Amino acid sequence: MKKPTLAVWKFASCDGCQLSILDCEDELLAIAGAIDIANFPEASREVKSGPYDISLVEGSITTAHDRERIQEVRKQSKFLIAIGACAISGGIQALKNFAEVDDFINAVYANPQYISTLSDATAIEDHVKVDFSLRGCPVDKGQLLVLIGSLLQGRLPAFSTESVCVSCKRKGNICVMVTQGQACLGPVTNEGCYALCPSYDRACFGCFGPKTMPNTSALADYCAKHQQRSSPDLTRLFRTFNAASPEFKSESLRHEKS
Amino acid sequence: MKKVRVIKADYLARVEGEGAMFVKIQDGRVEDVKLKIFEPPRFFEALLQGRKFTEAPDITARICGICPVAYQMSAVHAMEQICGVSLEEPLRELRRLLYCGEWIESHTLHIYMLHAPDFLGYESAIHMAADHAPVVKRGLALKKTGNAIVNLLGGREIHPINVRVGGFYKIPSKQEFQKLGEDLKRARDMAVETARWASTLTFPQFERDYLYVALSHPQEYPFNEGRLISNQGLDLHINQYESRFEEVHVEHSTALHSVFDGDAHYFVGPLARFNLCYDQLSALAKETAEDIGFQPNCGNPFKSILARAIETVYACDEAIRIIENFTPPSAPFVPCQPKAGVGHGCTEAPRGILYHRYTLREDGLIENAKIVPPTSQNQATIEKDLRHFVAQIIDEPDEKIQWQCEQAIRNYDPCISCSTHFLNLEIDRK
Repeated sequence: MKKPTLAVWKFASCDGCQLSILDCEDELLAIAGAIDIANFPEASREVKSGPYDISLVEGSITTAHDRERIQEVRKQSKFLIAIGACAISGGIQALKNFAEVDDFINAVYANPQYISTLSDATAIEDHVKVDFSLRGCPVDKGQLLVLIGSLLQGRLPAFSTESVCVSCKRKGNICVMVTQGQACLGPVTNEGCYALCPSYDRACFGCFGPKTMPNTSALADYCAKHQQRSSPDLTRLFRTFNAASPEFKSESLRHEKS
Repeated sequence: MKKVRVIKADYLARVEGEGAMFVKIQDGRVEDVKLKIFEPPRFFEALLQGRKFTEAPDITARICGICPVAYQMSAVHAMEQICGVSLEEPLRELRRLLYCGEWIESHTLHIYMLHAPDFLGYESAIHMAADHAPVVKRGLALKKTGNAIVNLLGGREIHPINVRVGGFYKIPSKQEFQKLGEDLKRARDMAVETARWASTLTFPQFERDYLYVALSHPQEYPFNEGRLISNQGLDLHINQYESRFEEVHVEHSTALHSVFDGDAHYFVGPLARFNLCYDQLSALAKETAEDIGFQPNCGNPFKSILARAIETVYACDEAIRIIENFTPPSAPFVPCQPKAGVGHGCTEAPRGILYHRYTLREDGLIENAKIVPPTSQNQATIEKDLRHFVAQIIDEPDEKIQWQCEQAIRNYDPCISCSTHFLNLEIDRK
């Protein structure tokens, strides 16, 4: 039987999510045995032409050129998987969506006329149909392997939609919000990291993005009332690696305006 | 009639991020060479404005998934300089340990997966594994040990969560470190084997006189602290970095190019450190370098792979030393109170010096930030290498020139995502 083909695409990003594939040190050669790695420039010079059975897409859309390129990627892909916070919600660079883009260019480049950029950093799903999203900043290696294994079986995986709080409780962590007064996004963030930050005595900062129907306002109000967090503090709290996700965006705007 | 050849790679493979190469040859002479970076700009300096000083390590980590520890280290040292805080020895040692993990992981990734395939004529490490399975497996096992350090002390390999201004959030237990120490002893043996194996590769005959720049510390091979030195007499406090080093914006790149004293190109990274700081390497690292006949004052950039291998031996050795001497710090971190001021951080990322400068307001919010990654400092040197190297191999067929140019670029392990601000190779032969 012919092996399914894999392509890995990069848009605006840090490379961390695709590096997760090369970080599967114990499994990499087995993956390469089961899948035809047809187009993965970070790992290989060889580029086989599409179409591809599986495309993993990292990064967000920030340039006119990339806006065209993602359409071409979609056309060449049977399954298109968005990997990581940049691809799913725009990533940290989406902070520019909240500012004037010209101010940003002038802050970094002496000759702004050489730079072409769109005003917003946007998710892949804002441009093309996405068949599955793998959360995280970065994605979790274990989930990535489950995803690849599932695709090889012809199905998509079902990952937990619980909050970070649930896995934190299961691990028996002591709550950093209640006992240490830290502002923790655990109650509104989808799990996937096995409550990593609270396990290291720090508050969750939302790498895996909002869970389904998060009660962000109740969390913000708690932090305001019991921790004396100011509006700018609460704005920043929701404005990190998934700042442009609809749920975190509306919550941060609520505090920015207040 | 004029004869024009254009040799290009529209999308450079086996580098981190998006770049291209362009070489134009007219009448048998190299006319133009560009290392183009088209990585989309992400504006980190701008988006740091108005953020809290404590957020800089987590935000700047996202500049690069391959060397997040470097970003975190430069950021925390700059912030601590402003706060007037210095760390007790056990915390300082743990920061070195974390950096050892990143060097081992990043260097091994580059040696085995990104660079060695060029020397042996394979498209990738996966292709190489078909004929050299034990070699590739050794690389993966060594890389895994580097990742295990970052995973334990940082919380995860990519974008560690345990680094904070003032130290760490939580210190792992002595038992956890000891378990890692056992793995590291095996890794150290593999690192020595890696250096011996890398020394059997065939290196193109190519040498230039470079201006090497690295951090130097009187007692240690440099990670987090030291003065900036060069092989031409530079001896500079990191706070004075901007008085001698300057970034210029060129049209073909979204990365800014750095120059020294107005127009001099320079070379940062493993070969620079090896040449400048050889004396501070551990006994085993020096012994291994001697065994393979690799000594300082090396001017062949293709031998950077050997410098990476020796540094990997060093990083394993150093990590073992730190773990064996581990004494738990009195607290995981030193509390830091912000104040208005300017702070500088310069640390040795796997690819070379990474400079950060922040201005804070009294309330701890970042007023402005400047970040100079190693790749933008090497970019002008890479282009000059290509110009000289192409001239040397000009009679070869285009396909061979292209591949060898790619190999020459990969000598520097360019991290294009890192070039915060924006790489594409084309060869144009007239």
